[in-house]
Amino acid sequence: MQCDEAGGLINALIDGELDAVHARDVEAHIAQCPRCAALRDDYRVMHEGLSSGALKLSASGRLRAAVGGIAKTPVIVQPAPAMNRRDALRGFALGGTVAALAASGLLVVITRDNTQTQRLDEIVSAHMRSLQADHLTDVVSTDRHTVKPWFNGRIEAAPPVIDLTAQGFALVGGRLDVIDGKATAAIVYRRREHVINLFVSPSPTAAPRAAKIVAVHGFHVRVWRDQGLDFWAVSDIDPGELQEFGRTFETALHAT
Amino acid sequence: MGRPELRIVHERPAAIRTTACDSMRGVAGRRLTDDDAEASRFKALALPYLDEAYTLARYLLRNDIEAEDAVQDCYLRALQYFDGYRGGDIKPWLFAILRNVCRATYTRSKGLVYASDDEQYTGPPGGQVAPLWSDEGDSPERTLLRRHDTETMQRLIMSLPEPFREVIVLREINDLSYSEIATVIAAPIGTVMSRLARARRVLRDAWIATEDGDIPDAV
Repeated sequence: MQCDEAGGLINALIDGELDAVHARDVEAHIAQCPRCAALRDDYRVMHEGLSSGALKLSASGRLRAAVGGIAKTPVIVQPAPAMNRRDALRGFALGGTVAALAASGLLVVITRDNTQTQRLDEIVSAHMRSLQADHLTDVVSTDRHTVKPWFNGRIEAAPPVIDLTAQGFALVGGRLDVIDGKATAAIVYRRREHVINLFVSPSPTAAPRAAKIVAVHGFHVRVWRDQGLDFWAVSDIDPGELQEFGRTFETALHAT
Repeated sequence: MGRPELRIVHERPAAIRTTACDSMRGVAGRRLTDDDAEASRFKALALPYLDEAYTLARYLLRNDIEAEDAVQDCYLRALQYFDGYRGGDIKPWLFAILRNVCRATYTRSKGLVYASDDEQYTGPPGGQVAPLWSDEGDSPERTLLRRHDTETMQRLIMSLPEPFREVIVLREINDLSYSEIATVIAAPIGTVMSRLARARRVLRDAWIATEDGDIPDAV
C-alpha cells in the first residue's frame, strides 16, 4: 500500500469505518511508514479533542419553546367548479402537484381564474423587480408623514401609510409601480433582511374580503380587501409571518 | 439593539376553509386532529435532536440568531414534509433539511454563493490550493500534535472553509457515520471520504499553526 492510498484510509480507520481486511493493510503500512504513523497519531489527537462532547452546544430555552410549539399548517384548496372527465383527469394530475407542493413546504394552494392569476403574477413580478438594485423605493423615508404625501398627485387615491416599526415591520419607503396597466402604490417594509411590498389599489367593489395567502413562484402573497382598497402583501418571509404582518396592518388601519 | 423576538409560529388561518374536490381529498381533506397527532409524533421523534441541530446550524452559520432561525425553520419544514419521511433514523433526514435551510440563509444574508460542492475544492477562492500530500512540514521527527482547549478548537473549526467545516462538524461533533453524512450532504460516500480527508488535512495544518502561536481568524 502506498502513502496516497493509506492517506484516505487513515481517516476511515480513525472513524471506525474500515473493514477488517483494509484496516489490517493500513496498519501494516503505518508500521513501516513514520509519516503516515504521525498523521494517524495527529488525527487521533484531533478526533479525541473534537468528539469529546466539549464542542456540543445547547439550544436556548427560547428556541426550545418556539420549536416545541410548532403546528402543522394545513394545505388549503378552494372548491373547483363541476368537472367534466378531462378536468377530472387534470385534477388527478394536479393532486400530484398539490402533494409535491405540500412536500416542498408550500402551504397554500388555491385554484384561481385567469384574471386573478395574471394580476398575482404581475404583483409578484413587481415585487421581484423591486428587489433589484436601486429599484426598491422612489421615496426613502421611515416617516409615514413623508411617504404618504409623496403619493399625492401621483396616484388616484393616496394609500394608507402606517409605520409598523414598533411591531417589528420597519417602514422603508414608497414606490410607484404599474400593475394591470394602472399606477399602483407600493409601500415597502422590512422584516429582518426580508422585504415586504404592500401594493395598494382602489377596488372596484367596496365590500371587504377576508385575507387569503397564495403561493406564487416561491413567494407568498396575502390578498385582502378593506375600506374599498385591494391589498397585496408580497414577501419571501414565511406565510406565518406574512399573516402576522397583514393582521398587524389591518389592526393599525382600523385604529386610525 | 436587542435580539429580535422569535417569530410567532403559525396560527391556523381561520378565514380559509378546507373544502376539497374529490381528487384532492387525500391531501387536503385531512382533519386537524390528524395534523395534531402527526405533529406530536414528529415532535416525539425530532425534538430529542434539538441541541444537535442547533450545534450544526451554529457551526455552519457562525451566527447565533441566524442559527436559531434556521433550526426553527428546519423543524417547521420537517413537520410539513413529515409525510415523506420513510422511517429509519430521523437524524440524517432532519439534518439534510437543516443543511438546506442553512445554505439558503447563508446565500441570502451574506449575499454569497455557497461554496462549491466540487470535490476539487481545497481552500477559499483565490487561496493557495494545498495538495493532499506535501513533503514540507511533515518530518517524522515532529512531536505529537498538542491538545487544544475547547475555545481554540471552536475557533479552528469556525475558520475552516465551508465544505470542510460541514463534514468535520457532522463527523466529529454530531457523530454521524459516513453513510449518514452522505445522506445529509446528498453526495456519494466516496465524496464524503475524500472531503473529510482534505478537511482533516486543512484542519491539521491550522491546528499546528495555532500551536506555533498563529491563531487563525474566522473566514
